Amino acid sequence: MNYKTTKILWKTFVWIVLIIGTIITLVPLFWMLSTALKSNAEVMQFDMVWWPEDPKWSNFVEAFTTLPFGEWTMNTIFITVFTIIGTLLSCTVVAYGFARFNVRGNKTLFIILLSTMMLPSTVTMIPQFVIFRELDWINTFYPLIVPSFFGNATFIFLLRQFFMTIPTELEDAAKMDGLGTMGILGRIILPMTLPALTTVAIFQFNGAWNDFMGPLIYLSDPDDFTLALGINFFKGENNQVQWNYLMSASVISMLPSLLIFFFGQKYFIQGINLSSGIKG
Amino acid sequence: MKKKIYLTESKRKTITFYLLISPWIIGFLAFVLGPMIISLFMSFTKWDLLTDPKWIGFDNYTKMFGDSLFYQSLKVTFVYSIFSVPLQLILSLAVAMLLNQINWGVKVFRTIYYIPVIVSGVAVMVLWSYIFNPEIGLINQVLKMVGIKGPGWIFDEDWAMTSLVVMSLWNIGGTVVIWLAGLAGVSKDLYESATLDGANKWQLFRFVTLPALSPTLFYNLIMGVIGALQTFNQAYIMTDGGPNNSTLFYNYYLWVNAFDNFEMGYASAMAWILFIIIIILTLIIFKSSSSWVYYESERK
Repeated sequence: MNYKTTKILWKTFVWIVLIIGTIITLVPLFWMLSTALKSNAEVMQFDMVWWPEDPKWSNFVEAFTTLPFGEWTMNTIFITVFTIIGTLLSCTVVAYGFARFNVRGNKTLFIILLSTMMLPSTVTMIPQFVIFRELDWINTFYPLIVPSFFGNATFIFLLRQFFMTIPTELEDAAKMDGLGTMGILGRIILPMTLPALTTVAIFQFNGAWNDFMGPLIYLSDPDDFTLALGINFFKGENNQVQWNYLMSASVISMLPSLLIFFFGQKYFIQGINLSSGIKG
Repeated sequence: MKKKIYLTESKRKTITFYLLISPWIIGFLAFVLGPMIISLFMSFTKWDLLTDPKWIGFDNYTKMFGDSLFYQSLKVTFVYSIFSVPLQLILSLAVAMLLNQINWGVKVFRTIYYIPVIVSGVAVMVLWSYIFNPEIGLINQVLKMVGIKGPGWIFDEDWAMTSLVVMSLWNIGGTVVIWLAGLAGVSKDLYESATLDGANKWQLFRFVTLPALSPTLFYNLIMGVIGALQTFNQAYIMTDGGPNNSTLFYNYYLWVNAFDNFEMGYASAMAWILFIIIIILTLIIFKSSSSWVYYESERK
């Protein structure tokens, strides 16, 4: 066997493995969509039904009318939007401080910031619950939204890394022209930081949209549920799970994240590379 | 009469710095440090949230030694971490290396492999409980087509852990992307000179690729371990810690103690023990890293 044949065989092998991986990755999602469109009888069938004979798109309507999925979606959107606003405002300012003001205390505080990323959330979970209970914030959205206005270690780190890559000449020039710190941040830095801010917004969107433990602790009234809680509630409520409705609700809940991912892919890649400390 | 105060440049800089980072400092005090102190205090009390907390010294900590469910939760969490983290790392590295072999289509594959990370959440766990359903689930129906009677997966105590590890392997897209970034940074010159020296494919991998990837491995390993030790959603959404406590994850058992049994003190003590475990493991990885992590700058 000469060099060329070996190379072709190897390439073929690589492609086959990658395609098998693709199938394994996609089949569960395909199965979810197909189940979402099945009739009640087809769901319970013991033989494989890859695709329903007569796809019931009405299942989506059914799922949203039998349970308040519409309301849960609105709750989720509300919480998600406000945490994105809070995260962007707080993390930008804090990250800028850490990136540009090399004064005493910067290094130490930055190390503290990094080490909070290692702290298991359960250490602060119970006291936070107690504090929010004292404030009478249980069964409100406050415990889920307010903390986002006080920064998030991962995003501060990510934005700081990004700020460090921006040369300081422009800022120095702006300072000469008498622009203050907030002016520099708003007019010079932010326009250049838009890609990184988009990355943070997207990650925060996914985090808030999919958050389970937070809503689980603070929201107990079904009217206040988020989609994540609602879907779990729907699953646990019936002994005989109606998988087709459950899957159609799941499909809907995944759709926004998927759409954002397909349109904002490069921001994901950039974010992952920045946060793992590797140049993007 | 107003007196204008003149600050030196460095003082003004310091003040601006602290003003800028003040949101984080307030948040750190209110949502991290404050709660940590309260949590530490709570771990020495017995408290059901309704009556006043009662100081009981180290009782919560000594209680763990006699609590068989505590041992079970430790065992479950360690077994899961020991299998899922290395398997995820190896599989994702293999995928990244394969992606590195092809010239086009990399972006399409990368996108597809990343989808499970995007949709991760309750919906995915609910989907997997359905996939694992012994009668009408996807896996067993496929197995039946080839004449195999599949196991009970998450409903069988001998298979539940395996099921969750398998599920975790579906989620490697994020790690693949990090490996790819690491691979892009491996210097081509090293490959060339090693090939000229007559290194074969395995030697290239073992002595060029792997050392160059060691910082990436270091990062993935630490994040993987910290994440795996805190597994919660799978147990809560898919298995309720069962069957027969076979998936009683540490954080799930902690949750049960806090919000089902209202043993706030005991749950707090458990949280601190987990924190200590994470610190020790991270320190071990950090200390050992000097002997297996190579940074480009050190070679120069």
